[in-house]
Amino acid sequence: MKERTLSQRLHIDIPLLFGIIVLCGFGLVVLYSAGNQNIELVYQQAIKLAIAIFIMILIAQIPPATMARWSIGLHILGILLLVAVIYYGDIGKGAKRWLDIGILSFQPSELMKLSVPLVIAYYLSDKSLPPNILRIVTVFVFIFVPVFLIAKQPDLGTALLVAAAGLSVLFVSGISQRLLASLGVMASAAAPFLWYFMHDYQKRRVLTFLNPESDPLGGGYHIIQSKIAIGSGGLYGKGWLNGTQSHLEFLPERSTDFIFAVLCEEFGMLGVLFLICIYMFIILRCLYIATQSQHTFGKLLASGITLTFFVYIFVNMGMVSGQLPVVGVPLPLISHGGTSMVTLMAGFGFLMAIHTHRSFLSF
Amino acid sequence: MIIRTVQPQYPLRRWFILGLFMCGMTVLISRAAYLQLWNKDILQEQGDARSIRVVEIPAHRGVITDRNGEQLAMSTPVESIWANPRKALDDAEKLPALAKALDMSIKDLKDLLRGRVSRDFIYLKRHAIPDVVEAVQAIAIKGVSTLSEYKRYYPAAEVTSHIIGFTNIDDQGQEGLELAYNDWLAGESGAKRVLKDRLNRVIENIESIKTPRPGKDLILSIDRRVQYLAYRELAAAVKHHRAKSGSLVMLDINTGEVIAMVGQPSYNPNNRGGLKSQFYRNRALTDVFEPGSTMKPFTIAAGLEYGNFQPHTRIDTAPGYIKVGEHTIRDMHNYGDINVTKVITKSSNVGATKIALSLEPKKYWEALNSFGFGQLTGSGFPGESSGILNSYNTWSDVEIATLSFGYGLSVTPLQLAHAYSVLATGGVMLPVSFIKVSGTVSGKRVLPESTARQVRKMMETVVSSEGTGKRAAVRGYRVIGKTGTVHKSTRGGYSDDRYLSLFAGIAPASDPRYVMVVLIDEPRGNGYFGGVVAAPVFARVMEGAFRILNIAPDNLPAITSPIMANRPDLELDEGFDG
Repeated sequence: MKERTLSQRLHIDIPLLFGIIVLCGFGLVVLYSAGNQNIELVYQQAIKLAIAIFIMILIAQIPPATMARWSIGLHILGILLLVAVIYYGDIGKGAKRWLDIGILSFQPSELMKLSVPLVIAYYLSDKSLPPNILRIVTVFVFIFVPVFLIAKQPDLGTALLVAAAGLSVLFVSGISQRLLASLGVMASAAAPFLWYFMHDYQKRRVLTFLNPESDPLGGGYHIIQSKIAIGSGGLYGKGWLNGTQSHLEFLPERSTDFIFAVLCEEFGMLGVLFLICIYMFIILRCLYIATQSQHTFGKLLASGITLTFFVYIFVNMGMVSGQLPVVGVPLPLISHGGTSMVTLMAGFGFLMAIHTHRSFLSF
Repeated sequence: MIIRTVQPQYPLRRWFILGLFMCGMTVLISRAAYLQLWNKDILQEQGDARSIRVVEIPAHRGVITDRNGEQLAMSTPVESIWANPRKALDDAEKLPALAKALDMSIKDLKDLLRGRVSRDFIYLKRHAIPDVVEAVQAIAIKGVSTLSEYKRYYPAAEVTSHIIGFTNIDDQGQEGLELAYNDWLAGESGAKRVLKDRLNRVIENIESIKTPRPGKDLILSIDRRVQYLAYRELAAAVKHHRAKSGSLVMLDINTGEVIAMVGQPSYNPNNRGGLKSQFYRNRALTDVFEPGSTMKPFTIAAGLEYGNFQPHTRIDTAPGYIKVGEHTIRDMHNYGDINVTKVITKSSNVGATKIALSLEPKKYWEALNSFGFGQLTGSGFPGESSGILNSYNTWSDVEIATLSFGYGLSVTPLQLAHAYSVLATGGVMLPVSFIKVSGTVSGKRVLPESTARQVRKMMETVVSSEGTGKRAAVRGYRVIGKTGTVHKSTRGGYSDDRYLSLFAGIAPASDPRYVMVVLIDEPRGNGYFGGVVAAPVFARVMEGAFRILNIAPDNLPAITSPIMANRPDLELDEGFDG
């Protein structure tokens, strides 16, 4: 047996950790400006990041086989908690999302972002791939139950991400192109029915997205202000702490969901390219981990998590730059806020576990 | 738990996913490039349009000072609170705090905002005190902001209010000299470009577009010290005699400058709440009255100039009255055969009538007109009355007769003072000025100097120990003047018990410097004769003014002229006109 390095013994993937730390460092710099130079906010965020990284490393210690074994239990627990939210949840911003369990309150929906890919990866890796229709339907049940419960809260953004996480795993499991295409057609056919079930505010968001100028002071306000912020950054940006849209309080939610606009205004096109480079570095590293995995479970989970991470980035940037409707999706590891950060880091923990628990002796 | 080793069943999917990521990132980057490079200018412009504003820099109004540079009107910077009603109503939870800070009920505030919800700008509080401004700013309610303005402040308050007038809340002159010289005093606002945040607060000054031009200062001819003195004495006299109103005008005869001009009742221009506009009137030049006996010197002057009269010319006033048409003109006593000087001394209506009737009406009118009767004084003061002097074409004999002793025409106190200044200067008329005059002023000669001197000489007897105006005497100085006690004209004739008490005087007599007219309207206690009511005010103000203005005495006891004291032919007789 080869001598193991410190990082291998701690089950840490150094390139991935490096990418994450660079990203978080850049995030703190942007947050300082977006939060009106409130250093307290930056400290809070740094502490949350440290905790999240600690959780990531803890999770990295768990062998993938153990994860797979726990996945069903975790999934059922998550669904029970989501049901509990319906009855005992705290209301915040017009939605029931939070569960207060004495010492801390958290969102069970965040747990589903992890348990759904876990359980699907576990379920699909059990049999040979590609899955047959029956197994695909079962996967859809795994996805649909939590997504429905989360969408009812209502939390469209998280529901979307949970669905993305589950579908990502299904997608990489190798379902045939023809099936994929027919699912796509079904989804578009279902869209009008989806419209029927949407809340008024959600409908309004979609309409606003299609034509933000129709209501410049109401629903379109966010998008117009953020487009102005992005555009006025230009190639080089207005410079750190010099964004007018953000600092003069025109830009809403500028330290959370719309932080990308602050970045664009102050760091310009070059800042955007820098951010996308870091993201791509992390994503490529994750994909590499997926390809290096020796077992189906690891491959499915790793690529599913990677795809979810990408969806996060794409949806947030697309929404802030006015290409997608406004849904509450934070910019991963940059936006202020603890819950999604812990979930994301936990996901990276899974990836590190998959990568560092490879058995070198099995070949 | 089965962990399968994986065969690469779908090697293409790996590349497909990679391609998907690349496509996604390309979409994001091209979107960013579209906004940041292609649309940059438009979006930057829109961003600036949201945050960059041109705001007005108020320019302060010129300072008004007295002739010695003492400030009489000045502008102090204040803040006004304004709102965009719709935005403010949107921030509903902060409205109660705003109402409290503005000392309004929440209902009133909401009504105010809702009533003008379609407007973008309404004032919530003009010229707010700093505490209120701070309180409102601390609330940081949306759509409510402050605006810098200037508020006018008048340190001398009611003492100068009739001259200076006041500005409205928009800093525009409304009355008095503030109105007359509005264009001169008003500044020109500047403009600057500023960065404002969403709450309309100015974050940063970017550049100045136009520097504000402050208004020009105005130096008045008024001497604040004399003005205070005149105000105090006039107010005391009006109060003492329970009079309806009063006016006092003092002119510098060498320059035509108004040294003091006060009116009663007055008002405080700094706090005009609940005042009626009648208080704003500068009575000394808007209110007209019949001058009565104070008119006689001008009749005499006309007689000397256009008739064959000399100071010693004899006029028979017996038997104490004269019939003119159907009317009878009376004297207090039968003075018999007297000379022209005595007509003034005795204030003989019959004598004055005889002089006037002997003149060609056109000449008499020209003489009165040349003294400024029926004409504006050239002061440029808003609302100044020119008085009334009917044309000689319309005169009947009885009108000529009554004109000769001051009835049937109307004048303002300023006009009367102006006419007296012609006698004082030796026949030269200078335009009246409220502005300090530098250098010499060229006037218009309207009377030969010798005539003016003769009239003054005849008037000297009035302010003697036995004259009607003895209470106008100023210790150490020789004063000339004329008293007047005028029956007020009422509807259907002249009133028996309502009078105007008048004194018009020139001092010092040896080298005239100042003219002063004192008018007390309807004294209702402690006498009503001009010599009793108005003359003491003249004396006290003139005495103080001489001290303040450092005028050399011309009648010190050691060189007291014996003429005045020892003339046996002087009798105490208040010429009761009418």
